Amino acid sequence: MERHQRVRFYQVGSHVVGNRLLDPEQRTVQARMDRSNTLTCGHRACRGCGEALGARYVLDAAKRAADGKLIAANATGCLEVFSTPFPETSWQLPWIHSLFGNAPAVASGVAAALRAKGRDDIRVVGQGGDGGTVDIGFGCLSGMFERNDDVLFVCYDNEAYMNTGVQRSGATPPAARTANTKPIGEHLGNRFGQGKDLPRIAMAHGIPYVATATVAEPHDLERKVETAMAIHGARYLHVFVPCPLGWGSEAHDTIKLARLVKETGLFPVFEAVEGEVVGVSRIRRRTPVEEYLKLQRRYAHLFGDPGHPEIVARLQAGADRNIREFHLLDPAGEEVAW
Amino acid sequence: MADSGTFQVRIHGRGGQGAVTAAELLAIAAFDEDRHAQAFPSFGSERTGAPVVSFCRLSDRPIRTREPVAAPDALIVLDATLIHQVKLFEGLGPDGYLLLNSSRSLEELGLSDLLGRLRPGRILGIPAGEIARRHLGKPLPNAALLGGFAALTGQLGLPSVQAAIRERFPGTAGVANATAAAECFYTVRECVETPSHA
Amino acid sequence: MLRQIEGSAAVAETVARCRPEVVCAYPISPQTHIVEGLSDLVRAGDLSPCEYMTVESEFAALSVCIGAAAAGARAYTATASQGLLYMAEALYNASGLGLPIVMTVANRALGSPINIWNDHSDSMSQRDCGWLQLYAEDNQEAADLHVQAFRIAEELSLPVMVCMDGFILTHAVERVDVPEAGPVDAFLPPFEPRQLLDPAEPMTIGAMVGPEAFAEVKYLAHAKQLQALDTIPAVAAEFEQSFGRSSGGLVRGYRLEDAETVVVALGSVLGTIEETIDAMREEEGMPIGALAIKTFRPFPMEAVRAALQGAKRVVVLEKALAVGRGGIVSADVRMALSGIELDGHTVIAGLGGRPITGASLRRLFGDAVAGRLGPLTFLDLNWELIEAELGRMGEGGRSGPHAENILREVGVVAGGSH
Repeated sequence: MERHQRVRFYQVGSHVVGNRLLDPEQRTVQARMDRSNTLTCGHRACRGCGEALGARYVLDAAKRAADGKLIAANATGCLEVFSTPFPETSWQLPWIHSLFGNAPAVASGVAAALRAKGRDDIRVVGQGGDGGTVDIGFGCLSGMFERNDDVLFVCYDNEAYMNTGVQRSGATPPAARTANTKPIGEHLGNRFGQGKDLPRIAMAHGIPYVATATVAEPHDLERKVETAMAIHGARYLHVFVPCPLGWGSEAHDTIKLARLVKETGLFPVFEAVEGEVVGVSRIRRRTPVEEYLKLQRRYAHLFGDPGHPEIVARLQAGADRNIREFHLLDPAGEEVAW
Repeated sequence: MADSGTFQVRIHGRGGQGAVTAAELLAIAAFDEDRHAQAFPSFGSERTGAPVVSFCRLSDRPIRTREPVAAPDALIVLDATLIHQVKLFEGLGPDGYLLLNSSRSLEELGLSDLLGRLRPGRILGIPAGEIARRHLGKPLPNAALLGGFAALTGQLGLPSVQAAIRERFPGTAGVANATAAAECFYTVRECVETPSHA
Repeated sequence: MLRQIEGSAAVAETVARCRPEVVCAYPISPQTHIVEGLSDLVRAGDLSPCEYMTVESEFAALSVCIGAAAAGARAYTATASQGLLYMAEALYNASGLGLPIVMTVANRALGSPINIWNDHSDSMSQRDCGWLQLYAEDNQEAADLHVQAFRIAEELSLPVMVCMDGFILTHAVERVDVPEAGPVDAFLPPFEPRQLLDPAEPMTIGAMVGPEAFAEVKYLAHAKQLQALDTIPAVAAEFEQSFGRSSGGLVRGYRLEDAETVVVALGSVLGTIEETIDAMREEEGMPIGALAIKTFRPFPMEAVRAALQGAKRVVVLEKALAVGRGGIVSADVRMALSGIELDGHTVIAGLGGRPITGASLRRLFGDAVAGRLGPLTFLDLNWELIEAELGRMGEGGRSGPHAENILREVGVVAGGSH
């Protein structure tokens, strides 16, 4: 059988790589001179913070889609803390922080007020970290979904309660070290459990749109924000954001880690409409989980002499399962060349 | 305790028989006659069949007290099976009125002692459930008994009782209940002397 | 319009006249009829524009109100007891953010043990959360206070709790002059927020405040509540002018002119107290009066002092208990009377919905006047039961849960009336 070498140009399918040479219409919002800088500079995020990146990408795209008329409700957490060190703020949009567990409800309240006032031109985003979304905000999030309130809720998932010192959350992956899941005793790192798959839980609510994304692929992320903003009703976006401090990774590896988590299959990147998956972002070059894990000291206990290859194997099995269930590999083959 | 101008009613029934509604209807009827009234239930656990108590105070002056009616001037009993189960007659004085929903006689119900304590003409058993069944198709005695109450005590006129009933139960249900109340009223009036209500 | 109407229904209709734009509903006894009434009014188009949101918890209910108020909408919700506790974090958040939310609290006891009947433990537990607290004596006042509450809240940028006794008022059908739309509109102008989530003028609301500024922010919250001591009577006075009846305000005295003994209380029990006082004056010539506290937060120190300073003896009748300490209202009253010599007595009554009867009050007031009352009294307790249970505890070992033991003694478990 003849093997076709298909040259796929990543993300935009053009013959050009690099924003400056792209057709302006193909550029990301981030590449534009007129981007709104909704989360502007001067905030106190760590070097290499994936959440700051994610928030900037999401909100600039959302604000553009909303013609500048966007209101944000933010849960307590890193994003809220580093962006609003009193008396300064980095937010260039109307923004409210109420409590840790109520961001979805506050967003619903803002949306209700706008509806009562006939201002359907102003759109609402709710946002928070994995702790505020998957754990303490879960009830309010589910209520917002069930009512189909016109809110886009965005979870920036760095897989632990970072702002309080890296404690595990319902989103912490198995085997990961956190301040209260250390590699001591019977369980090395976080226990293996069922996990708490918020994107699938969101899908189970039957809401109009659910998508996952990472900060490694701004085109994909922005497109999903645009798609979401064109819909009215409850929408959920789950964005994978590395945390150098919490994960013990290098600041310059943030984008790389976001790419690897997708390429290993550990984090499926997909879209769903009304509870059905309608598209996946396929793995370009399948990567063993080790390559991803080794870059983070939160997994250091799995390596070395003798290390725990059996745990790595379990993590690999998890990734393999995702690849199967979401069909993350291109049917034409595993290896895809540039 | 009530001041001399307040008439206190206590209504006993089982959940689902309309004891709470009965108290409210009394209050609305009194309002229609430009009198002050206060109606409230005893707030027990809500479930069909459980004993329920409700209260109504009637007065020509604003009613300020809020306690449950401990010394009723009149008792309305929607369900005779309550007789030996709860302390129905507690606080009822020798001049009190008692209107009981039953087709059996008071002696048959084991209330001879009570008959002896109270004034004749103020204590009466009436088959309100039967009357209701004939008009409504269901043995719901509450509205009917209110007609009987009006006749027995003279505290309210039949027209206001009926108006309250029709306001609460729209359409044919209201008409049927109001008719049942009227039948009860006239039946009671025939049985006892009715003190005139000036 | 004068109606014979259930308290909850009167409140629902009055709140509707106040034109809230967002109403949140999470059901809890005994507030349910209020939110049900508002649902009907919104569905029928009688309250419009209004977004009626059924939410998944009380925490969500108040959070939705917070978002709505921050976006410039007049927001309302209602709760009681456990629900109030469940939104405790949000209570402090709303007052800290200066959002003029109005909430009805249908006063109900706090568990454990679970109890659905009336007392003041719920609102008393949140007395320091920064909300204003107004207490209604009857359903007319309950309705009227909501109109005043929106006005006070929006003038001060502070949330207001309107407290009305659960079941005793919420479920009582009595005469209420339900305010008409026209006069309410004249009394209550549209909501003009001081800060607003508006894309035209972006603001950041809810930033962290550190040690360098937090104390000042808190002081200002306190100062604003003290300002309410002027605003509340002013609004009450204007209400009286517009609607022709007196309701609300800070305190109300009853037959205080020559009173040597004054009974202090909040809420609906004042009706029974006044009837008892009238009887004692008429039949025994007893110089006894009452002081109704209408506004509990801010606590009207000067008004209470002025009303009580001439008395020989003060009996504070409370429907809540500071476990391990005694009275709650009494502590504030005592503070108001600082430096004044008189006999002070705390009476804890009505806990968990136990009826407060005129007969009991008569005995109690008689005891007070005769000097037979101690500093802390629990009214109408079954002392036999208490002694038995204390005895059981004293025997050592495990005594089991008090509530179940007592219920067994009282025969409630087997008696089938519950």
